[in-house]
Amino acid sequence: MLKHLAGRLAEALVALLLMSLVIFLLSRVIGDPVALLLSDSATEADRQMLIAQLGLDQPGWRQYLTFLGNALKGDFGQSVTAGREDALHLVLSRLPASLSLAGIALLFTLVVGILLGVLAAVTRGTVADLAVRLLALLGQSAPSFWLGIMLIYLFAVKLGWLPTSGFGGAVYYVLPALTLGLFTLAAITRLVRASMLEALGSEYVKLARIKGVSEWAVVLRHALGNSLIPVVTFMGTFFATMITGAVVVETVFAWPGIGRLAYESIMARDFPVIQTVVLVITAFFILANLIVDLLYLAIDPRMRARS
Amino acid sequence: MPRDLSFKFALGLLILFAIVALIGPFFLEHDPLRGSLRARLDPPAWAPEGSATHLLGTDRLGRDVLARIVQGARISLAVCVVVIAIAGTIGTALGTLSGYVGGWLDRVLMRVVDLALSLPVILLALLFAAVVGPSFLNIVIVISLVLWSQYARMSRGETLRVKNEDYVDLARTSGLGHAAIIFRHVLPNIAPSLIVVATLQVGVVIILEASLSFLGVGVPPPNPSWGGMVAEGRSYIVSAWWVSALPGLAIVLVVMAVNVVGDALTDRINPGLKGRGA
Repeated sequence: MLKHLAGRLAEALVALLLMSLVIFLLSRVIGDPVALLLSDSATEADRQMLIAQLGLDQPGWRQYLTFLGNALKGDFGQSVTAGREDALHLVLSRLPASLSLAGIALLFTLVVGILLGVLAAVTRGTVADLAVRLLALLGQSAPSFWLGIMLIYLFAVKLGWLPTSGFGGAVYYVLPALTLGLFTLAAITRLVRASMLEALGSEYVKLARIKGVSEWAVVLRHALGNSLIPVVTFMGTFFATMITGAVVVETVFAWPGIGRLAYESIMARDFPVIQTVVLVITAFFILANLIVDLLYLAIDPRMRARS
Repeated sequence: MPRDLSFKFALGLLILFAIVALIGPFFLEHDPLRGSLRARLDPPAWAPEGSATHLLGTDRLGRDVLARIVQGARISLAVCVVVIAIAGTIGTALGTLSGYVGGWLDRVLMRVVDLALSLPVILLALLFAAVVGPSFLNIVIVISLVLWSQYARMSRGETLRVKNEDYVDLARTSGLGHAAIIFRHVLPNIAPSLIVVATLQVGVVIILEASLSFLGVGVPPPNPSWGGMVAEGRSYIVSAWWVSALPGLAIVLVVMAVNVVGDALTDRINPGLKGRGA
């Protein structure tokens, strides 16, 4: 098991390193940093001095190593926009808004998704089952940017129940979290429904029924427990969907998180910030998958026995 | 029973989408690119002030929304076809080779696939698109770069399954070359699973393209792309909901149909895949 973990950790590091290389190469192509940093009145001498200062006269591989070394020390440079803020500081300051939104969305989708999945499986073939499946189909098919705008139109503009966008107390979370979560909610519902149906038809559930275990206990204790394993398997994917979904959803709702920061910095060609934000998001991405691996080992006895 | 009904309905919807995309633009009454300033933000025909001239209303430049949705269908379909052709060919070639040859090539290629699958898709696409600028060609390259890995993984797994079958052994002992074995015996047998992947990806491609266009790095204006239209209508959502709502509805309908058809195909062709598309 330790060997397995070490392997996964090494893989994660390679992924992060590769992403840093991709970002480094792309950011050199995106825009000429010198042109961005120089004022209009700068002379050719100023230009040369800045090039030397930024290390752009060095060979590419050397620049990359310097970039990596600085990154390890937490130095990602400064934003090239007016504020000239420290890039890492800027990204970290936007992190709480994103994490709280993703956390609430994930919690909501897990609870509601499992409930709906169980409901649909238990009432298989009825109107309730059909309604849940239709909702799941809609959730998997609606693009989040459109869904967000429609929710704003309905609940903020027409009904006036919730704020249209922005960041603040609990009411500000409802629409963005719903938008961010609906796709995952649909996926969880489908997964739980399918694995519940499988479990309900299995030998051990039949045995429990023969032994006279009540229907509630059969569903909750015997069937549900095993049905949750696939949900855990896909948790990494779900979390990943939330992180990348944040770019679109935070833009729609003017949410001050790293998703919108990523979008804004790419649009402004602010390459120190782009590098930082993409690396931070990738790191979260990889971390999420590692945690899921661990959870999986803990939850599934078969995996433990094998390793 | 309702499952079969929904499958037929979804298939019908997809065929309609293809027909609209292919020949719809020839039957348009209005030019999707040119508007009339006197007809700005006209509501759709069923609204109180609507008129039959513009069935689905007009946008902020007075362009016919229906005409733009029809033209947008063509762009969506074109992106799908080209992306799936490129990503499918590259992914299948690498995956099949990886599974057939095995050894270090397989190990290296599968590591690359794992890496490709572990990177944040939209972010990568946004980065590439921002570097090379918005254009049809770039959209296609970006989305293909992101999606080829799924074909590679699938075709590798399927090749591993097929390559030790008796008929492949027989072909080998009868002196058939490797290329001939791959083309005549391996590929035809792994094709059904790949078709399932391709079907499920139509929805993914449409949503990715729409999202990129929505974020302003997709199909450049004035060309109508469904995602771009939703973005343009966003500022007028209070007074003219149809500009955003209707192109988005087109996306939902097509992607929904694709998902229903894809699920049904998965059930029929390769039940082992179930749930993996989630």
